[in-house]
Amino acid sequence: MKRIRFWGTRGSLPVALTASAVRGKIVAALRGASGRTFSTDAEAERYVDGLAFAEAGTYGGHTSCVEIETGGSEYVLCDLGSGLRPFGNAAIARHGAQSPQTYHMFVSHVHWDHIMGLPFFAPAYIPGNRIFIYGSHSWLESALRRQQDAPSFPVDFSFLHADIEFVYLMPDQPHTAAGLTVTTMLQRHAGDSYGYRFESRGRSLVYTTDSEHKLDDPMETESYAAFFRGADVVIFDAMYSLADAVSIRADWGHSSNVVGVELCQLAGARHLVLFHHEPAYSDQAIDAVLADTRRLEEITRTGQPLRISAAYDGMEIEL
Amino acid sequence: METSSRQFADVIVAVPVGRVDHHSAAALEAALAPLIKTACAGKGVLALDFAGIDYISSAGLRILMVAAKELRGAGAKIAVANLRPVVAEIFAISRFDRVLGVFPTVRAAIEQFSPSALAAFDAAQPTATR
Repeated sequence: MKRIRFWGTRGSLPVALTASAVRGKIVAALRGASGRTFSTDAEAERYVDGLAFAEAGTYGGHTSCVEIETGGSEYVLCDLGSGLRPFGNAAIARHGAQSPQTYHMFVSHVHWDHIMGLPFFAPAYIPGNRIFIYGSHSWLESALRRQQDAPSFPVDFSFLHADIEFVYLMPDQPHTAAGLTVTTMLQRHAGDSYGYRFESRGRSLVYTTDSEHKLDDPMETESYAAFFRGADVVIFDAMYSLADAVSIRADWGHSSNVVGVELCQLAGARHLVLFHHEPAYSDQAIDAVLADTRRLEEITRTGQPLRISAAYDGMEIEL
Repeated sequence: METSSRQFADVIVAVPVGRVDHHSAAALEAALAPLIKTACAGKGVLALDFAGIDYISSAGLRILMVAAKELRGAGAKIAVANLRPVVAEIFAISRFDRVLGVFPTVRAAIEQFSPSALAAFDAAQPTATR
């Protein structure tokens, strides 16, 4: 594995930056630039580089879709959220529509926000492309077919003319796909979800989203820590605050930044990536969660430092 | 970890000491269970003196949330006081400071809820500290 690229990082449903939010960013940037002059674009860009992420950028609004660059010619993806659409367009732009490609897609579960991108994934309509869709739910194929049934969608699944194959992954058993060793783990979520651990050439990545941690069973905590053990990167569902996750949003199937830090510390993981952002959160709110999470890691650190990032659409992480 | 307790009128002050992580959280839960039962029966207050807690994990915080639900459901109350700086930050980052009553001192917590307990608490303090 060489690189991770995030195409969709938002939880539950896609969101878009509003006009008032853009205006707020511009006002903040202009106020920060008061008295400065920029004679070149490079000077202006240096100024922008110094702004907080929430002022100069945005975390984005596509739902879950993460690309793993393996170094090989085949594509590997986690989840088929709305971020799959720009990924597919980028793949076609890169190779052209007539150059057959192979895509390996690992699905955590079939809630809408994790599958809604497939009907808009242009390579799926092109004969010659090969698509392997992996998961541990017995109903994976029927759920993907059903979302394109009339009257919910105008184009039936049968119009996807790529060679599509569904592959069932037995949980807790290592499988080989696209040159990666892949293991899934059952997670607590309505209808079940599965976390993925990918390993290759001494590198490991855990993708664990839509996973609630009840925190009342030390053995369960240990089992997650074992799944995360020594991971280079853990992409973690940090949708809610801990207080919300154990109170008003208990049994909603999601986790928190606090639990993410604790599990990664227990596991000796190296890099925690906050993921599946609450759609109601502004860029500033996610910035604040990131700062809080880094502070929590700092004051509770007992071993090696844990790097912490908040995923955004377009973010890349070198492995 | 160990937990001691004292009662002042309708307020029980529990004093856990140690580190509350995902292993030791069960000990805190067991220690609080009878105190919660007593507080619920009397519709009183359970005040947790956290001066001796140097760390609390999500598992420990969950126990406080479960306790709060049980107490509030029975018409009783919960308060947390004397947080060490690190624990206070954990409360803030987890947003538990927004859902539990957090007080700078045990006395401030008791003062909030019960005049009779405050009088008993003050009477029990050494003269020099009154």
